[in-house]
Amino acid sequence: MLFCNAAARERGIQPGLTVAAARALAHDLVVQSRNGRAEQQALQGLAAWAYQFSSQLSLYPPGELLLEVQGSFSLFGGRDALFASIRSGLAELGYSAWLASAPTPLAALSLARCDSEQHIDGLQNIAAALAALPVSVLDWEQALLDRLNGIGVRRLDDLLRLPRDGLACRFGQQSLLYLDRMMGRCPHPQTLYQPPQVFSRHLLLPAEVCQAEGLLFVLQRLLLEMCGWLQGLGVAVQQVDIRLLHREAEVTRLSIGVYKPTRDAAQLNTLLREHLDRLVLQSAVIEVELKAGETVRLDDQAQDLFDTAERPDTIDLLDRLRARLGDEAVTGISAVAEHRPEYAWRYSVPGDSQKDSNGLQRPLWLLSVPRPLKTQHGHPLLQGRLQLRPDRERIESGWWDERDMARDYYIATTASGSCYWVYHELTGEHGWFLQGVFE
Amino acid sequence: MSLDHLLQRTDIWRGGQLATAVSAVPSGYAELDELLPGGGWPRGALTDILMARQGIGALRLLMPALSQLSHDDRWICWVAPPHIPYAPALMAAGIDLSRVLLVHPKGQQDGMWAVEQSLRSGNCSAVLAWPALSDAGVLRRLQLAAEAGDALGFLFRSQRFVDRPSPAALRIQLDTQSDSRLSVSILKRRGGWSAGPVQLDTTLQHGALALHSHTATAAGCFQSRWQ
Repeated sequence: MLFCNAAARERGIQPGLTVAAARALAHDLVVQSRNGRAEQQALQGLAAWAYQFSSQLSLYPPGELLLEVQGSFSLFGGRDALFASIRSGLAELGYSAWLASAPTPLAALSLARCDSEQHIDGLQNIAAALAALPVSVLDWEQALLDRLNGIGVRRLDDLLRLPRDGLACRFGQQSLLYLDRMMGRCPHPQTLYQPPQVFSRHLLLPAEVCQAEGLLFVLQRLLLEMCGWLQGLGVAVQQVDIRLLHREAEVTRLSIGVYKPTRDAAQLNTLLREHLDRLVLQSAVIEVELKAGETVRLDDQAQDLFDTAERPDTIDLLDRLRARLGDEAVTGISAVAEHRPEYAWRYSVPGDSQKDSNGLQRPLWLLSVPRPLKTQHGHPLLQGRLQLRPDRERIESGWWDERDMARDYYIATTASGSCYWVYHELTGEHGWFLQGVFE
Repeated sequence: MSLDHLLQRTDIWRGGQLATAVSAVPSGYAELDELLPGGGWPRGALTDILMARQGIGALRLLMPALSQLSHDDRWICWVAPPHIPYAPALMAAGIDLSRVLLVHPKGQQDGMWAVEQSLRSGNCSAVLAWPALSDAGVLRRLQLAAEAGDALGFLFRSQRFVDRPSPAALRIQLDTQSDSRLSVSILKRRGGWSAGPVQLDTTLQHGALALHSHTATAAGCFQSRWQ
């Protein structure tokens, strides 16, 4: 047994017992075997999240993260404030952790490994702070630790009292270097963590989930991790894709979309809840996967505005309606210049309606089939290079009229003064076409 | 205590005197505005419009106000309209179509949720809905949501709900006269007795405002149950 929860502890189970012994104490014990891959993924996810606190970050698998925080104090309002944010963030993610800080990486790791939440200031205080720790905090080979034990060295102060020459001789130069690094007598270069360019997390659920709301907790944790990652990279997303893997059914896909790019976990959580509210699971979920959509850079100034304007209570109405009712349930409306009454309107993207369709310039001649135009460096040609008027008109349609098209229309003039109506495809081949003649 | 002192108390109002501190949007009909507290449709409140039948011009009555509101930077949200709002007519009534938001929920429950969210969000200047219900608890939530979001909430309902209690700040009843003018009775208003009826000329200047939905495909549009 490596870990157990409070309920198990009450029944007398503690780490170190064999599974058989533990089962004898509690026959209904649920045992999860250790999953190295999942641990590694969890640490990676945690690192991506922690990147918001410091860009100088190293992974110490299986369960340790090292952050260079000196440089982050001023940004987060001091050491205590920084640690408070890290601590509350970890609690939200559902992790229990021990936070310790010291002038050297190995001193900080040693403290944390002893479940000791201490903070050492100044190199000269390291020795005193570590004195009482057992030598087992050193991640040395067991054989070395046994030999230390054999000569009566149990605590770090015992070890540090040993003469340097003898130490190097009996335990190897590496051990001396380790201690020198720990005491800050020589530098300790770290392999820095590079955050992934794409956020994608995959989780095996500890138990099958049959109710959509049962997924809320685990997905919220992943969203929190993702938002930490976004914060660290200074970017935001407009879309988050979630895949729910079932034991015996097709994958269920959810997509949380927002109008304005965001990295606000509370906002995304609210939308996630709306999605889950209307989700009926056809089959139990065994795995979940969460992917951040394409990221958009937010400069710091914009982020400030954002943070005050985009609190969850002012979450964009459209996002909220779409999340619960579906994309197709939220539309705008446009007038269409058309004499048949039933075609004189169409649904459109909200806010995107043509202000005055009747005032739009239309050519008197329309080509029955649009004619492809040759291009040069992406610019359309017709009797030479066409001059495009700046007032572009975007005509898009989609599910609401079953004719999928997206075009930018321009009024174009040739060198000789003829006037044409051309469009640029926004999808597919991105070609240029001649559609009409202003006769 | 003198009478003057009494009259200065804020918790005392005199019959026949309208509360003028109410913030309102002019209805565009002077005869009606005179009867409405603040001189128009109340902001941050529900207006309950009870109609004798369909097609008498309830929507037309709102057009001047909606036209004005559409120049705000907020949505005019139509939740589950019984027909398709006809874009050319809305435009002719001076409404900026880019501010029109249509929501097509799949059922009554989602519909009421959408109305409440829209009212509360602060993103809508007006919310129009056609609920076939009289649950005072639900209506109270909507009234509170309208206050929170500073929105004008218009509920179009059948006049069979006329005797049911409603927390709406304003309740009006619509009928037509023999000369086809719209007759508006005020059943309830803030700081005043019921009043009216007042006859308004809302004759067809703008053509049909709603298109019957079977002539076009309305995605998921549910029909309010008119009786």
